[in-house]
Amino acid sequence: MSRYKTMFASLREKKQGAFIPFVMLGDPDETSSLEILHSFVEGGADALELGIPFSDPVADGPTIQAAALRALSNGMTPKKAFEILRKFRETNSITPIGLLVYANLVVQGENDAFFEQAKAAGVDSVLVADIPSKEAAPFCESAKKSGIDPVLIAAPNSSDDQLKMIAELSSGYTYVVSRAGVTGAETKAEMKHGQLIEKLKDFGAPPPVLGFGISSPEQVREALESGAVGAISGSAIVKLIASTAPEKRNETILQFIRGMKAETQLS
Amino acid sequence: MKTENEGWFGSFGGCYVPEILLPALEQLSNAFATARQDPEFQKELSDLLAEYAGRPTPLYLCRQIGPDTGTRLYLKREDLVHGGAHKTNQVLGQALLAKRLGKTRLIAETGAGQHGVATALVGALFGLKTRIYMGAKDVARQRLNVFRMELMGAEVVPVECGAKTLKDAINEALRDWAASYTDTHYMLGTAAGPHPFPLMVREFQRVIGDEAREQILAREGRLPDSALACVGGGSNAIGLFTAFVPDKEVALIGVEPAGKGLHTGEHGMTLQAGRPGILHGSKTFILQDEHGQIVESHSISAGLDYPGVGPEHAHLQATGRAKYVGVTDDEAVAAFRRLSACEGIIPALESAHALAYAFKLMERGEGGEVMLLNLSGRGDKDVRQIADYMGVSLEGKA
Repeated sequence: MSRYKTMFASLREKKQGAFIPFVMLGDPDETSSLEILHSFVEGGADALELGIPFSDPVADGPTIQAAALRALSNGMTPKKAFEILRKFRETNSITPIGLLVYANLVVQGENDAFFEQAKAAGVDSVLVADIPSKEAAPFCESAKKSGIDPVLIAAPNSSDDQLKMIAELSSGYTYVVSRAGVTGAETKAEMKHGQLIEKLKDFGAPPPVLGFGISSPEQVREALESGAVGAISGSAIVKLIASTAPEKRNETILQFIRGMKAETQLS
Repeated sequence: MKTENEGWFGSFGGCYVPEILLPALEQLSNAFATARQDPEFQKELSDLLAEYAGRPTPLYLCRQIGPDTGTRLYLKREDLVHGGAHKTNQVLGQALLAKRLGKTRLIAETGAGQHGVATALVGALFGLKTRIYMGAKDVARQRLNVFRMELMGAEVVPVECGAKTLKDAINEALRDWAASYTDTHYMLGTAAGPHPFPLMVREFQRVIGDEAREQILAREGRLPDSALACVGGGSNAIGLFTAFVPDKEVALIGVEPAGKGLHTGEHGMTLQAGRPGILHGSKTFILQDEHGQIVESHSISAGLDYPGVGPEHAHLQATGRAKYVGVTDDEAVAAFRRLSACEGIIPALESAHALAYAFKLMERGEGGEVMLLNLSGRGDKDVRQIADYMGVSLEGKA
């Protein structure tokens, strides 16, 4: 069974939703990145969603753009990002790891090279922010061939045809974006996606996890109450990392994750 | 194999955008497909092109340049289009589509400001609220164009993220559109980006080559030996080439900015020095490092300063139908001065790249008898920069 399936099954038993924090690998630097991942897990994160920095992140708001630039200026590369994950896997073999990347990083090298490297580093899923359902078939095929779950995004304006395509092509989980726009805590999540989640269920899509604009424990609860099986929080955490002194960073992260995770108990 | 109507030119093109933008692009694609077949739309567009933009533009045979080399050099005078460049052709088409779709707001990116000016002008003409994204560095070096846009009622937003140039302005426009697609049309400025932009912009720009082909047949009774145009994103070049693609005897030559020279790394020769990748919505040639991070381009001409290129040019290069060459900053400036001095026409620095290559061919005796060149814009906007380049001060003496 895949790490995601094991995680969702175990959470179902505990009557909990998943809390999934996002961070940019290499932000602020390689060593801190590894510590941050371990802090996430220690704080109660059920899975990790991790970015590899790209120079032109069109789906990201200012907070995550800035994180990508910080990581890039510190010399982060896909190869080094995979190295961080390999080190993480030396002591953690159960937490599912999802990558959130951009297409131009995925098409480098031979056909399946990126997915194979990801698999070897212990990655479970890959979401490519600028590959929509319409263009996703070859990427999903390639990912699956390497044993990686291809994750697609379902949006509030997605048509039934798009949602069916997402159900057919993706695996692991479905990243449901809570609102229009780009990533960021500047614009709050909207919580009226019950219908979207129902449709995804009807079409047999992988479990829906809500993201974009989730920055408080109350929003985690609202996300789960709207029918999602998990919530992803990114910009709020990235901001925390950027604004906290290095010696206090891990403790601050730990507290934040604990607060978010506490709201995932359903009854 | 997928067709161009589905967004593919051979193995280049596609629609690589965040999922949230797919419905807006599909809506645009359908509206464009309908409009192409709709005589009413075509009439409205051709009336605007005639009465507002000043089409057809003349085809001018150079009098001073050429006779001694045995080449007749024809310039397609897109510099005379209202607004000062070919950009106006396609913004009129897109604005009509935006109106049909009930959009009330336009957003656009601009590098040097020409496409920003063109968008501002149709925004005023059609009463659409207009916001232009422009890299903060470009805002600083193109004050005059910023003011022109503002005079026509557009809001110019300096983009402070990334490299603060054209590619970042495109990123920011895409981010805006991801939140605003319901009432906003993204007026992309060149034949690049996600489907349907490369196809749609080409179709709105092909009037350049369609007119030129007819004009040159009327004047010469034959087709030209070659057709030349500069290539940044590639809209003026694809606009010229399209009519001639089936005419195998016409050599199609796209001129990219070699900047300070290929060996310096400071250039914008995407097709010649880049490699395939995915940027701003399409699979095409891109200037990038070994990891796939986008690299900054360089050119004295801001309109050619872009690390990507329209996917159809990547395809025309791959099939060998078109050839792409480079011209340095210095060569472009020399050509700029030569056309000004010899023909009384001040060309845009972008177009001066195509001119420089034409002059080179003529000097080598490889120009053929009849050469056609797209003079894509006028050079008034570049005069200050050329003065700086020549070390001439334009400030009055105290």
